[in-house]
Amino acid sequence: MAIEQLRPDVFDGVALRADFPMFDRPHRSGKPLTFLDSAASAPKPRAVIDALADAYGHHYANVHRGIYELSEDATARFEGARRELARFIGAPSEREVVFVRNATEAINLVAYSWGRTNVAAGDLILSTEMEHHANLVPWQQLAAETGATLEYVAITDDGRLDLDDLRRRLAREPKLVAINHVSNALGTINPVAEISRLAHEAGALVLVDAAQSVPHMPVSAVELGVDFLVLSGHKMLGPSGIGALWGRRELLEAMPPFMTGGSMISKVTLSGTTWAEVPLKFEAGTPAIAEAAGLAAAIGYLDGIGMANVRAHERFLFEQAWAALGAIDGIRLLGPASPDEHAAVISFVIDGVHPHDVATVFDGHGVAVRAGHHCAQPVMARYDLPATTRASFYVYNDVDDIQRLADAIGATQRLFGTA
Amino acid sequence: MDNLYRDFILEHYREPHNKGVLDPHDLHFADSNPTCGDEMSMTLLLDESKERVADIAFDGRGCAISQASASILTDELRGKSLDELRSLDPRDVIENLGVPIGPARLKCALLGYKVLQGAVIGAEARWPDEADVLAGGSAP
Repeated sequence: MAIEQLRPDVFDGVALRADFPMFDRPHRSGKPLTFLDSAASAPKPRAVIDALADAYGHHYANVHRGIYELSEDATARFEGARRELARFIGAPSEREVVFVRNATEAINLVAYSWGRTNVAAGDLILSTEMEHHANLVPWQQLAAETGATLEYVAITDDGRLDLDDLRRRLAREPKLVAINHVSNALGTINPVAEISRLAHEAGALVLVDAAQSVPHMPVSAVELGVDFLVLSGHKMLGPSGIGALWGRRELLEAMPPFMTGGSMISKVTLSGTTWAEVPLKFEAGTPAIAEAAGLAAAIGYLDGIGMANVRAHERFLFEQAWAALGAIDGIRLLGPASPDEHAAVISFVIDGVHPHDVATVFDGHGVAVRAGHHCAQPVMARYDLPATTRASFYVYNDVDDIQRLADAIGATQRLFGTA
Repeated sequence: MDNLYRDFILEHYREPHNKGVLDPHDLHFADSNPTCGDEMSMTLLLDESKERVADIAFDGRGCAISQASASILTDELRGKSLDELRSLDPRDVIENLGVPIGPARLKCALLGYKVLQGAVIGAEARWPDEADVLAGGSAP
């Protein structure tokens, strides 16, 4: 196997590992950690960990409440994080950014709040065969409760969305198209701007699950032309427990609250309640205050690298890994071959070895990968596979990781006698 | 890891014992491992008393651990009574497997046990409590 030793001129992934304390942790195998599971959740740079400690240590009070300096300080930082995130995802206004726990909660918010008021029996909702369960099960529930129909746009044998199938289904005027930007199970990058245009021509709204794209490439909600965009902080080097929904303001304003209680009200009497303005209308209860500071620090860290550079680095790693793995006999790679259509998430199968066994053997070599259905069981069914092994790359990965991945594949094949 | 994939585990994986579907059979059940989606079924043929296992087979695709575990487990069940099957201790299943099983692979190692319990009670069985099984020791 030959891996090009050239690094992209953008940056050195190996050098960035010094920013992430997790790479200092000794692995039980005694080998260096080859972390290839960032699509599940990413390690945190020291800047994020420090921001969390600083928020709890020096700037902590409840937000939007206290008439005292500390609370004003905490509120300003919390709203500052909202502003940073809005800018980072190309949202026209931070007032359109709702903090939630994660992308799953953001999709549920839309499915309950928008869905239960705008979708009725006989309506059509479109999702796709390549969705994470987070962008599938909430729509199944909505359809079951309202009597609406849920259909799935087909995917091709090489893991791309079938745009002809999309056009056919759009002709039946769905209310909503719910689609991922980057597939967590296949790595496919979907042409969301084009899909948005087609959907809008058909009168549908578009929700994009950007949990796998915002961490890895420049993303602009305005340029994508979507109506809702959801993300998780923990996949973009930020803390767990914070994510966001961006939605067009007129949509958010017309939607009823998702959860009710404190913080999200304007006035409460015993006979009724009026809601706070967007986005606070959707933020019942004390939010993830320190986590917002951590998320802002993650955005700062990514901005320091530059998202175009992140994308260039990962594109390089994808090309190297795709070539290296493709050169090994007895390996099946899933998803499109073109780096224009495939993020640095590679799902593969080693003939004769179950992915769970692959991951266990890899772990003995210090290589952390995901094995399973990746919360996308319909994708596995589409390709008649019980599961796959998935290697996903991020800023701290580099060609040395690809070499160790390839070595671990060889060791697995030797152990199982399949090569 | 090296202790996990011992030769006998890999041998059971490549050439599992009692693999297939018994026809006819008295008991049948299928279940799956939620972490990977692997499905396994078991068919049991009972003796004339309908109280003891005359023959048993498992079927389905899965990892080396689930396949070897089901292969080893089913080897030991002929002649056993249904009561004995019901009172099987999952800790003994792990011990008989003979390799170290951690929390990440526990469901793989116990899938065969769970399918067997489902076949015997005629309904989906619960996963044994992880803490109980991994703590070791004898049955309460």
